Amino acid sequence: MDGAQLLQQIINGLTLGSLYALIAIGYTMVYGILRLINFAHGDVLMVGCYLAWFGAVQFGLPWWAALMGSMALTALLGVLIDQGAYRPLRSAPRISALITAIGVSFFLENLGLVVFGGRPKAFERPEIFNQLYQIGDLRVLSHSVWVPIITALVLAGLLWMIYRTRLGMAMRALSRDLVTVQLMGIDTNRVVAVTFALGSALAAAGGIFWAMKYPQINPLMGVLPGLKAFVAAVLGGIGNVVGAVLGGLMLGFGEIMLVALWPELAGYRDALAFVLLIGFLLFRPSGILGQELPS
Amino acid sequence: MLEVRGLSVRYGGIQALQGVDLTVAQGEIVCLIGANGAGKSTLLGAVSGLIKPTAGAIAYEGRPIAGHKASRLSRQGLILVPEGRRVFANLSVEENLILGGYFRPRGREQQADMAEVFDTFPRLAERRRQAAGTLSGGEQQMLALGRALMGRPRLLMMDEPSLGLAPLMVAEVFGVIRRIHQRGVTVLLIEQNAAAALAIAHRGYVLEVGRVVLSGSGRELASDGRVQRAYLGMD
Repeated sequence: MDGAQLLQQIINGLTLGSLYALIAIGYTMVYGILRLINFAHGDVLMVGCYLAWFGAVQFGLPWWAALMGSMALTALLGVLIDQGAYRPLRSAPRISALITAIGVSFFLENLGLVVFGGRPKAFERPEIFNQLYQIGDLRVLSHSVWVPIITALVLAGLLWMIYRTRLGMAMRALSRDLVTVQLMGIDTNRVVAVTFALGSALAAAGGIFWAMKYPQINPLMGVLPGLKAFVAAVLGGIGNVVGAVLGGLMLGFGEIMLVALWPELAGYRDALAFVLLIGFLLFRPSGILGQELPS
Repeated sequence: MLEVRGLSVRYGGIQALQGVDLTVAQGEIVCLIGANGAGKSTLLGAVSGLIKPTAGAIAYEGRPIAGHKASRLSRQGLILVPEGRRVFANLSVEENLILGGYFRPRGREQQADMAEVFDTFPRLAERRRQAAGTLSGGEQQMLALGRALMGRPRLLMMDEPSLGLAPLMVAEVFGVIRRIHQRGVTVLLIEQNAAAALAIAHRGYVLEVGRVVLSGSGRELASDGRVQRAYLGMD
Protein backbone atom coordinates (compact mmCIF):
# COMPACT_ATOMS: atom_id res chain seq x y z
CA MET A 1 0.00 0.00 0.00
CA ASP A 2 1.56 3.32 -1.00
CA GLY A 3 1.18 6.63 0.72
CA ALA A 4 -1.75 7.88 -1.32
CA GLN A 5 -3.66 4.67 -0.76
CA LEU A 6 -2.98 4.76 2.93
CA LEU A 7 -4.19 8.34 3.12
CA GLN A 8 -7.23 7.33 1.13
CA GLN A 9 -8.03 4.59 3.65
CA ILE A 10 -7.45 6.90 6.58
CA ILE A 11 -9.99 9.31 5.14
CA ASN A 12 -12.44 6.46 4.55
CA GLY A 13 -11.95 5.26 8.11
CA LEU A 14 -12.47 8.75 9.45
CA THR A 15 -15.72 9.14 7.55
CA LEU A 16 -17.15 5.77 8.54
CA GLY A 17 -15.95 6.27 12.12
CA SER A 18 -17.61 9.69 12.28
CA LEU A 19 -20.91 8.18 11.18
CA TYR A 20 -20.69 5.54 13.89
CA ALA A 21 -19.77 8.27 16.34
CA LEU A 22 -22.81 10.42 15.53
CA ILE A 23 -25.09 7.46 16.15
CA ALA A 24 -23.18 6.21 19.20
CA ILE A 25 -23.55 9.56 20.96
CA GLY A 26 -27.29 8.99 21.28
CA TYR A 27 -26.77 5.55 22.76
CA THR A 28 -24.25 6.76 25.25
CA MET A 29 -26.20 9.85 26.37
CA VAL A 30 -29.35 7.88 27.07
CA TYR A 31 -27.37 5.19 28.85
CA GLY A 32 -25.47 7.77 30.86
CA ILE A 33 -28.70 9.18 32.23
CA LEU A 34 -31.09 6.24 32.47
CA ARG A 35 -28.74 3.22 32.38
CA LEU A 36 -30.87 2.07 29.47
CA ILE A 37 -29.56 0.64 26.19
CA ASN A 38 -32.06 2.12 23.80
CA PHE A 39 -32.11 -0.64 21.22
CA ALA A 40 -34.65 1.29 19.17
CA HIS A 41 -31.98 3.92 18.42
CA GLY A 42 -31.03 2.37 15.05
CA ASP A 43 -34.65 2.29 13.98
CA VAL A 44 -35.13 5.89 15.02
CA LEU A 45 -32.29 6.60 12.62
CA MET A 46 -34.20 4.78 9.87
CA VAL A 47 -37.30 6.88 10.48
CA GLY A 48 -35.11 9.98 10.32
CA CYS A 49 -33.84 8.92 6.90
CA TYR A 50 -37.35 8.39 5.58
CA LEU A 51 -38.45 11.75 6.92
CA ALA A 52 -35.55 13.41 5.10
CA TRP A 53 -36.38 11.42 1.98
CA PHE A 54 -39.98 12.59 2.11
CA GLY A 55 -38.86 16.14 2.67
CA ALA A 56 -36.44 16.12 -0.24
CA VAL A 57 -38.31 13.96 -2.76
CA GLN A 58 -41.99 14.47 -2.00
CA PHE A 59 -41.87 18.07 -0.90
CA GLY A 60 -38.88 19.17 -2.93
CA LEU A 61 -37.14 20.77 0.02
CA PRO A 62 -33.47 21.73 -0.33
CA TRP A 63 -31.20 19.15 1.34
CA TRP A 64 -30.43 21.27 4.39
CA ALA A 65 -34.10 21.95 5.07
CA ALA A 66 -34.89 18.25 4.71
CA LEU A 67 -32.04 17.46 7.11
CA MET A 68 -33.14 20.04 9.68
CA GLY A 69 -36.80 19.08 9.40
CA SER A 70 -35.97 15.41 9.78
CA MET A 71 -33.76 16.08 12.82
CA ALA A 72 -36.53 18.08 14.48
CA LEU A 73 -39.21 15.47 13.82
CA THR A 74 -36.92 12.60 14.80
CA ALA A 75 -36.12 14.41 18.04
CA LEU A 76 -39.84 14.54 18.69
CA LEU A 77 -40.13 10.83 17.90
CA GLY A 78 -37.37 10.06 20.41
CA VAL A 79 -39.18 12.05 23.09
CA LEU A 80 -42.49 10.33 22.32
CA ILE A 81 -40.87 6.89 22.52
CA ASP A 82 -39.42 7.79 25.90
CA GLN A 83 -42.68 9.20 27.23
CA GLY A 84 -44.81 6.39 25.87
CA ALA A 85 -42.60 3.35 26.32
CA TYR A 86 -39.85 3.99 28.86
CA ARG A 87 -41.22 6.53 31.28
CA PRO A 88 -43.89 4.24 32.75
CA LEU A 89 -41.05 1.81 33.54
CA ARG A 90 -38.74 4.33 35.18
CA SER A 91 -38.93 2.66 38.56
CA ALA A 92 -39.32 -0.89 37.22
CA PRO A 93 -36.32 -3.24 37.05
CA ARG A 94 -33.92 -2.19 34.31
CA ILE A 95 -34.45 -5.36 32.32
CA SER A 96 -38.08 -4.37 31.72
CA ALA A 97 -37.07 -1.16 29.98
CA LEU A 98 -34.42 -3.03 27.99
CA ILE A 99 -36.95 -5.57 26.72
CA THR A 100 -39.33 -2.72 25.94
CA ALA A 101 -36.58 -1.07 23.89
CA ILE A 102 -36.24 -4.24 21.81
CA GLY A 103 -40.02 -4.23 21.41
CA VAL A 104 -39.99 -0.61 20.23
CA SER A 105 -37.26 -1.55 17.78
CA PHE A 106 -39.34 -4.35 16.24
CA PHE A 107 -42.36 -2.09 16.21
CA LEU A 108 -40.58 0.65 14.26
CA GLU A 109 -39.05 -1.82 11.80
CA ASN A 110 -42.37 -3.42 11.02
CA LEU A 111 -44.22 -0.15 11.00
CA GLY A 112 -41.60 1.01 8.49
CA LEU A 113 -42.24 -2.05 6.32
CA VAL A 114 -45.98 -1.36 6.35
CA VAL A 115 -45.83 2.38 5.87
CA PHE A 116 -42.78 2.80 3.60
CA GLY A 117 -42.79 -0.61 1.90
CA GLY A 118 -39.93 -3.10 1.79
CA ARG A 119 -38.43 -1.92 -1.47
CA PRO A 120 -35.37 0.30 -0.95
CA LYS A 121 -35.67 3.90 -2.00
CA ALA A 122 -32.88 5.76 -3.75
CA PHE A 123 -31.34 8.48 -1.61
CA GLU A 124 -29.81 11.36 -3.55
CA ARG A 125 -26.48 12.75 -2.52
CA PRO A 126 -26.79 16.55 -2.61
CA GLU A 127 -24.38 18.39 -4.91
CA ILE A 128 -22.28 19.81 -2.08
CA PHE A 129 -21.46 16.30 -0.81
CA ASN A 130 -20.95 14.89 -4.28
CA GLN A 131 -17.84 16.81 -5.41
CA LEU A 132 -14.89 14.64 -6.26
CA TYR A 133 -11.50 16.10 -5.38
CA GLN A 134 -8.50 14.57 -7.05
CA ILE A 135 -5.06 15.29 -5.67
CA GLY A 136 -2.47 13.12 -7.39
CA ASP A 137 -3.67 9.56 -6.92
CA LEU A 138 -5.93 10.58 -4.07
CA ARG A 139 -9.64 10.80 -4.82
CA VAL A 140 -11.81 12.21 -2.10
CA LEU A 141 -15.54 12.78 -2.14
CA SER A 142 -16.59 16.02 -0.46
CA HIS A 143 -18.97 13.90 1.68
CA SER A 144 -15.88 12.34 3.30
CA VAL A 145 -14.56 15.78 4.17
CA TRP A 146 -17.79 17.19 5.53
CA VAL A 147 -18.85 14.27 7.70
CA PRO A 148 -15.83 14.36 10.05
CA ILE A 149 -16.05 18.17 10.22
CA ILE A 150 -19.73 18.03 11.15
CA THR A 151 -19.05 15.32 13.72
CA ALA A 152 -16.27 17.40 15.28
CA LEU A 153 -18.58 20.43 15.48
CA VAL A 154 -21.35 18.36 17.03
CA LEU A 155 -18.95 16.95 19.60
CA ALA A 156 -17.63 20.40 20.47
CA GLY A 157 -21.17 21.72 20.84
CA LEU A 158 -22.22 18.81 23.03
CA LEU A 159 -19.19 19.08 25.28
CA TRP A 160 -19.86 22.78 25.68
CA MET A 161 -23.45 22.04 26.61
CA ILE A 162 -22.58 19.26 29.04
CA TYR A 163 -19.78 21.08 30.86
CA ARG A 164 -20.63 24.75 30.47
CA THR A 165 -24.40 25.10 30.71
CA ARG A 166 -26.80 24.62 33.56
CA LEU A 167 -28.76 22.05 31.58
CA GLY A 168 -25.57 20.04 31.12
CA MET A 169 -24.91 20.35 34.83
CA ALA A 170 -28.35 18.94 35.53
CA MET A 171 -27.67 16.09 33.09
CA ARG A 172 -24.41 15.20 34.79
CA ALA A 173 -26.06 15.32 38.19
CA LEU A 174 -28.99 13.26 36.99
CA SER A 175 -26.70 10.59 35.58
CA ARG A 176 -25.34 10.20 39.08
CA ASP A 177 -28.48 10.40 41.17
CA LEU A 178 -31.96 10.53 39.68
CA VAL A 179 -33.69 10.97 43.03
CA THR A 180 -31.65 13.76 44.58
CA VAL A 181 -31.87 15.85 41.42
CA GLN A 182 -35.61 16.13 42.01
CA LEU A 183 -34.90 17.71 45.40
CA MET A 184 -33.13 20.53 43.53
CA GLY A 185 -36.46 21.45 41.96
CA ILE A 186 -35.35 19.96 38.65
CA ASP A 187 -38.00 18.28 36.53
CA THR A 188 -36.15 15.08 35.65
CA ASN A 189 -38.59 14.16 32.90
CA ARG A 190 -37.73 17.34 31.08
CA VAL A 191 -33.99 16.68 31.29
CA VAL A 192 -34.52 13.11 30.08
CA ALA A 193 -36.69 14.40 27.23
CA VAL A 194 -33.93 16.79 26.13
CA THR A 195 -31.48 13.89 26.17
CA PHE A 196 -33.71 11.76 23.97
CA ALA A 197 -34.34 14.69 21.64
CA LEU A 198 -30.64 15.39 21.20
CA GLY A 199 -29.68 11.74 20.77
CA SER A 200 -32.45 11.12 18.27
CA ALA A 201 -31.69 14.25 16.25
CA LEU A 202 -28.05 13.15 16.01
CA ALA A 203 -29.16 9.65 14.99
CA ALA A 204 -31.21 11.23 12.20
CA ALA A 205 -28.21 13.26 11.08
CA GLY A 206 -25.93 10.22 11.27
CA GLY A 207 -28.46 8.12 9.37
CA ILE A 208 -28.94 10.73 6.65
CA PHE A 209 -25.20 11.04 6.08
CA TRP A 210 -25.00 7.25 6.15
CA ALA A 211 -27.70 7.07 3.49
CA MET A 212 -25.77 9.57 1.37
CA LYS A 213 -22.77 7.25 1.54
CA TYR A 214 -24.65 4.09 0.59
CA PRO A 215 -27.32 5.91 -1.34
CA GLN A 216 -30.46 3.97 -0.59
CA ILE A 217 -32.74 3.47 2.40
CA ASN A 218 -34.96 0.63 3.57
CA PRO A 219 -36.91 -0.10 6.77
CA LEU A 220 -34.21 -2.40 8.16
CA MET A 221 -31.29 -0.08 7.33
CA GLY A 222 -30.95 1.01 10.96
CA VAL A 223 -30.20 -2.42 12.36
CA LEU A 224 -26.56 -2.79 11.44
CA PRO A 225 -25.41 0.82 11.99
CA GLY A 226 -27.40 0.78 15.22
CA LEU A 227 -25.72 -2.36 16.48
CA LYS A 228 -22.28 -1.16 15.46
CA ALA A 229 -22.80 2.23 17.03
CA PHE A 230 -23.85 0.43 20.21
CA VAL A 231 -20.58 -1.52 20.04
CA ALA A 232 -18.73 1.76 19.47
CA ALA A 233 -20.37 3.25 22.55
CA VAL A 234 -19.31 0.26 24.64
CA LEU A 235 -15.77 0.32 23.25
CA GLY A 236 -15.44 3.98 24.17
CA GLY A 237 -16.89 3.49 27.63
CA ILE A 238 -20.65 3.71 27.64
CA GLY A 239 -22.03 6.87 29.20
CA ASN A 240 -19.08 8.92 27.96
CA VAL A 241 -19.66 11.18 24.95
CA VAL A 242 -15.99 11.55 24.02
CA GLY A 243 -15.65 7.79 24.45
CA ALA A 244 -18.49 7.20 22.01
CA VAL A 245 -16.69 9.28 19.39
CA LEU A 246 -13.38 7.49 20.03
CA GLY A 247 -15.11 4.12 19.91
CA GLY A 248 -16.83 5.06 16.65
CA LEU A 249 -13.54 6.17 15.07
CA MET A 250 -11.79 3.04 16.29
CA LEU A 251 -14.46 0.83 14.79
CA GLY A 252 -14.54 2.79 11.51
CA PHE A 253 -10.76 2.65 11.12
CA GLY A 254 -10.70 -0.99 12.14
CA GLU A 255 -13.22 -2.00 9.50
CA ILE A 256 -11.60 -0.01 6.71
CA MET A 257 -8.10 -1.19 7.56
CA LEU A 258 -9.20 -4.80 7.85
CA VAL A 259 -10.49 -4.70 4.30
CA ALA A 260 -7.55 -2.67 3.00
CA LEU A 261 -4.82 -4.83 4.50
CA TRP A 262 -6.44 -8.23 4.13
CA PRO A 263 -8.86 -8.02 1.21
CA GLU A 264 -9.55 -11.74 1.55
CA LEU A 265 -11.10 -11.03 4.99
CA ALA A 266 -13.49 -8.42 3.57
CA GLY A 267 -16.42 -10.74 4.22
CA TYR A 268 -15.67 -10.62 7.95
CA ARG A 269 -15.92 -6.85 8.04
CA ASP A 270 -19.21 -6.78 9.93
CA ALA A 271 -17.96 -9.42 12.33
CA LEU A 272 -15.08 -7.19 13.42
CA ALA A 273 -17.34 -5.00 15.55
CA PHE A 274 -18.55 -7.98 17.52
CA VAL A 275 -15.09 -9.52 17.87
CA LEU A 276 -13.92 -6.19 19.28
CA LEU A 277 -16.97 -6.09 21.57
CA ILE A 278 -16.24 -9.54 22.97
CA GLY A 279 -12.56 -8.71 23.38
CA PHE A 280 -13.33 -5.50 25.25
CA LEU A 281 -15.95 -7.11 27.43
CA LEU A 282 -13.40 -9.75 28.39
CA PHE A 283 -10.37 -7.57 28.97
CA ARG A 284 -11.55 -3.99 29.48
CA PRO A 285 -15.28 -4.04 30.15
CA SER A 286 -15.39 -0.38 31.10
CA GLY A 287 -14.18 0.66 27.63
CA ILE A 288 -11.49 3.14 26.59
CA LEU A 289 -12.62 6.07 28.72
CA GLY A 290 -15.05 4.37 31.06
CA GLN A 291 -14.29 4.41 34.73
CA GLU A 292 -14.06 1.28 36.75
CA LEU A 293 -17.33 0.88 38.56
CA PRO A 294 -17.06 1.06 42.30
CA SER A 295 -18.11 -2.30 43.69
CA MET B 1 -46.76 25.67 58.21
CA LEU B 2 -46.86 21.91 57.78
CA GLU B 3 -49.79 19.80 58.74
CA VAL B 4 -49.85 16.04 58.35
CA ARG B 5 -53.09 14.18 59.03
CA GLY B 6 -53.57 10.40 59.10
CA LEU B 7 -50.64 9.79 56.81
CA SER B 8 -50.13 6.17 55.76
CA VAL B 9 -47.53 4.76 53.42
CA ARG B 10 -47.32 1.19 52.33
CA TYR B 11 -44.77 -0.24 50.00
CA GLY B 12 -44.19 -3.80 48.94
CA GLY B 13 -46.65 -5.13 51.50
CA ILE B 14 -44.93 -3.29 54.33
CA GLN B 15 -46.91 -0.70 56.24
CA ALA B 16 -44.19 1.89 56.76
CA LEU B 17 -46.44 4.60 58.20
CA GLN B 18 -49.83 4.21 59.77
CA GLY B 19 -52.05 7.19 60.43
CA VAL B 20 -49.35 9.66 61.43
CA ASP B 21 -50.41 13.15 62.59
CA LEU B 22 -47.80 15.85 62.84
CA THR B 23 -47.64 19.62 62.70
CA VAL B 24 -44.80 22.06 62.34
CA ALA B 25 -45.49 25.69 63.05
CA GLN B 26 -43.69 28.57 61.37
CA GLY B 27 -40.38 29.23 63.07
CA GLU B 28 -40.17 25.95 64.93
CA ILE B 29 -37.48 23.31 65.07
CA VAL B 30 -39.22 19.94 65.27
CA CYS B 31 -37.39 16.67 65.55
CA LEU B 32 -38.37 13.10 64.86
CA ILE B 33 -36.76 10.36 66.88
CA GLY B 34 -37.17 6.64 66.66
CA ALA B 35 -35.34 3.43 65.95
CA ASN B 36 -34.21 2.31 62.51
CA GLY B 37 -37.21 1.30 60.47
CA ALA B 38 -39.64 3.32 62.57
CA GLY B 39 -40.68 5.24 59.45
CA LYS B 40 -38.89 8.56 59.99
CA SER B 41 -37.30 8.69 56.55
CA THR B 42 -40.52 7.50 54.95
CA LEU B 43 -42.32 10.41 56.61
CA LEU B 44 -39.86 12.98 55.24
CA GLY B 45 -39.95 11.19 51.87
CA ALA B 46 -43.72 11.48 51.73
CA VAL B 47 -43.74 15.15 52.77
CA SER B 48 -41.01 16.02 50.24
CA GLY B 49 -42.86 14.29 47.41
CA LEU B 50 -40.38 11.46 46.81
CA ILE B 51 -42.76 8.81 48.18
CA LYS B 52 -46.44 8.60 47.31
CA PRO B 53 -48.65 8.29 50.41
CA THR B 54 -51.37 5.64 50.35
CA ALA B 55 -53.70 7.62 52.59
CA GLY B 56 -53.86 10.84 54.55
CA ALA B 57 -53.44 14.53 53.92
CA ILE B 58 -50.43 16.82 53.90
CA ALA B 59 -50.80 20.58 53.87
CA TYR B 60 -47.91 23.00 53.37
CA GLU B 61 -48.55 26.69 53.98
CA GLY B 62 -52.24 25.88 54.01
CA ARG B 63 -52.38 24.13 50.63
CA PRO B 64 -52.77 20.36 50.16
CA ILE B 65 -49.62 18.85 48.67
CA ALA B 66 -49.96 15.08 49.12
CA GLY B 67 -48.81 13.37 45.93
CA HIS B 68 -47.19 16.47 44.42
CA LYS B 69 -43.87 15.96 42.67
CA ALA B 70 -40.70 16.56 44.67
CA SER B 71 -39.35 18.96 42.07
CA ARG B 72 -42.45 21.13 42.40
CA LEU B 73 -42.37 21.17 46.20
CA SER B 74 -38.67 22.06 46.24
CA ARG B 75 -39.44 25.06 44.08
CA GLN B 76 -41.97 26.14 46.72
CA GLY B 77 -39.37 26.17 49.45
CA LEU B 78 -40.09 22.75 50.94
CA ILE B 79 -36.61 21.33 50.72
CA LEU B 80 -35.17 18.04 51.93
CA VAL B 81 -31.53 17.36 52.74
CA PRO B 82 -31.52 13.62 52.12
CA GLU B 83 -29.95 10.98 54.29
CA GLY B 84 -26.36 10.23 53.41
CA ARG B 85 -25.88 13.79 52.06
CA ARG B 86 -26.14 12.67 48.42
CA VAL B 87 -23.90 15.37 47.00
CA PHE B 88 -23.19 15.01 43.28
CA ALA B 89 -19.74 13.50 43.58
CA ASN B 90 -18.81 14.07 39.94
CA LEU B 91 -19.62 17.79 40.08
CA SER B 92 -17.58 20.54 41.66
CA VAL B 93 -18.60 22.14 44.95
CA GLU B 94 -19.67 25.26 43.11
CA GLU B 95 -21.75 23.27 40.60
CA ASN B 96 -23.48 21.45 43.43
CA LEU B 97 -24.45 24.80 44.91
CA ILE B 98 -25.65 26.15 41.58
CA LEU B 99 -27.86 23.08 41.20
CA GLY B 100 -29.34 23.77 44.61
CA GLY B 101 -30.65 27.06 43.24
CA TYR B 102 -31.27 25.68 39.76
CA PHE B 103 -34.89 26.74 39.56
CA ARG B 104 -34.31 30.30 40.69
CA PRO B 105 -33.46 33.05 38.23
CA ARG B 106 -29.77 33.46 37.70
CA GLY B 107 -28.13 36.67 38.69
CA ARG B 108 -27.16 38.86 41.56
CA GLU B 109 -29.48 37.33 44.12
CA GLN B 110 -28.06 33.89 43.52
CA GLN B 111 -24.51 35.23 43.64
CA ALA B 112 -25.33 36.77 46.98
CA ASP B 113 -26.75 33.50 48.26
CA MET B 114 -23.64 31.66 47.22
CA ALA B 115 -21.47 34.24 48.93
CA GLU B 116 -23.55 33.71 52.05
CA VAL B 117 -23.13 29.94 51.87
CA PHE B 118 -19.38 30.39 51.50
CA ASP B 119 -19.51 32.76 54.44
CA THR B 120 -21.28 30.15 56.56
CA PHE B 121 -19.00 27.35 55.36
CA PRO B 122 -15.57 28.84 54.65
CA ARG B 123 -14.19 25.39 53.91
CA LEU B 124 -16.49 25.07 50.92
CA ALA B 125 -15.14 28.33 49.54
CA GLU B 126 -11.60 26.95 49.69
CA ARG B 127 -12.72 23.93 47.73
CA ARG B 128 -15.18 25.46 45.33
CA ARG B 129 -13.55 23.99 42.21
CA GLN B 130 -12.92 20.58 43.75
CA ALA B 131 -15.11 17.57 42.89
CA ALA B 132 -17.61 17.07 45.68
CA GLY B 133 -16.68 13.39 45.89
CA THR B 134 -13.24 14.33 47.19
CA LEU B 135 -14.60 16.13 50.26
CA SER B 136 -14.62 14.58 53.72
CA GLY B 137 -17.90 13.38 55.20
CA GLY B 138 -18.33 16.52 57.27
CA GLU B 139 -17.56 18.78 54.34
CA GLN B 140 -20.06 16.87 52.22
CA GLN B 141 -22.70 17.45 54.89
CA MET B 142 -21.87 21.15 54.82
CA LEU B 143 -22.22 21.07 51.05
CA ALA B 144 -25.56 19.27 51.26
CA LEU B 145 -26.79 21.95 53.68
CA GLY B 146 -25.38 24.76 51.57
CA ARG B 147 -26.96 23.29 48.47
CA ALA B 148 -30.34 23.20 50.20
CA LEU B 149 -29.92 26.82 51.33
CA MET B 150 -29.35 27.89 47.72
CA GLY B 151 -32.97 26.97 47.09
CA ARG B 152 -34.14 29.48 49.73
CA PRO B 153 -36.02 26.95 51.89
CA ARG B 154 -38.92 28.05 54.02
CA LEU B 155 -39.27 24.59 55.56
CA LEU B 156 -35.98 22.73 55.63
CA MET B 157 -36.15 19.02 56.32
CA MET B 158 -33.02 17.14 57.27
CA ASP B 159 -32.59 13.39 57.41
CA GLU B 160 -29.83 12.40 59.83
CA PRO B 161 -27.50 15.35 59.24
CA SER B 162 -25.00 14.16 61.84
CA LEU B 163 -24.82 10.53 60.72
CA GLY B 164 -21.29 9.21 60.54
CA LEU B 165 -19.62 12.47 61.54
CA ALA B 166 -16.89 13.02 64.08
CA PRO B 167 -18.12 14.56 67.38
CA LEU B 168 -16.58 17.95 66.64
CA MET B 169 -18.30 17.98 63.26
CA VAL B 170 -21.60 16.99 64.87
CA ALA B 171 -21.41 20.04 67.12
CA GLU B 172 -20.66 22.21 64.10
CA VAL B 173 -23.61 20.81 62.16
CA PHE B 174 -25.97 21.53 65.04
CA GLY B 175 -24.55 25.02 65.34
CA VAL B 176 -25.26 25.59 61.68
CA ILE B 177 -28.82 24.27 62.00
CA ARG B 178 -29.40 26.78 64.78
CA ARG B 179 -28.02 29.59 62.67
CA ILE B 180 -30.18 28.61 59.70
CA HIS B 181 -33.18 28.61 62.01
CA GLN B 182 -32.31 32.04 63.33
CA ARG B 183 -32.54 33.35 59.78
CA GLY B 184 -36.20 32.44 59.80
CA VAL B 185 -36.15 28.95 58.31
CA THR B 186 -38.47 26.39 59.88
CA VAL B 187 -36.75 23.07 60.50
CA LEU B 188 -37.99 19.47 60.59
CA LEU B 189 -35.21 17.14 61.57
CA ILE B 190 -34.58 13.41 61.92
CA GLU B 191 -31.79 12.54 64.28
CA GLN B 192 -30.14 9.41 65.55
CA ASN B 193 -28.40 11.65 68.05
CA ALA B 194 -31.56 12.22 70.11
CA ALA B 195 -29.84 14.11 72.92
CA ALA B 196 -28.38 16.76 70.63
CA ALA B 197 -31.57 17.01 68.62
CA LEU B 198 -33.88 17.40 71.60
CA ALA B 199 -31.56 20.06 72.98
CA ILE B 200 -32.20 22.36 70.03
CA ALA B 201 -35.75 21.29 69.14
CA HIS B 202 -38.85 23.12 70.30
CA ARG B 203 -40.93 20.01 69.91
CA GLY B 204 -40.40 16.40 69.04
CA TYR B 205 -42.22 13.27 67.96
CA VAL B 206 -41.27 9.71 68.77
CA LEU B 207 -42.04 7.17 66.06
CA GLU B 208 -42.32 3.44 66.59
CA VAL B 209 -43.17 1.00 63.81
CA GLY B 210 -44.92 3.58 61.70
CA ARG B 211 -46.91 5.35 64.41
CA VAL B 212 -46.41 8.40 66.59
CA VAL B 213 -46.23 7.04 70.13
CA LEU B 214 -45.20 10.19 71.95
CA SER B 215 -44.92 13.88 71.31
CA GLY B 216 -44.11 16.95 73.31
CA SER B 217 -41.67 19.77 73.80
CA GLY B 218 -37.98 18.99 73.48
CA ARG B 219 -37.51 19.29 77.21
CA GLU B 220 -40.49 17.09 78.06
CA LEU B 221 -39.28 14.34 75.77
CA ALA B 222 -35.71 14.58 77.03
CA SER B 223 -36.93 14.04 80.59
CA ASP B 224 -39.42 11.31 79.71
CA GLY B 225 -38.41 7.95 81.18
CA ARG B 226 -39.28 5.91 78.12
CA VAL B 227 -37.35 8.24 75.80
CA GLN B 228 -34.38 8.23 78.13
CA ARG B 229 -34.25 4.46 78.21
CA ALA B 230 -34.89 3.84 74.51
CA TYR B 231 -33.08 6.72 72.81
CA LEU B 232 -30.84 8.52 75.22
CA GLY B 233 -29.06 5.46 76.57
CA MET B 234 -29.96 6.16 80.21
CA ASP B 235 -31.22 3.65 82.74
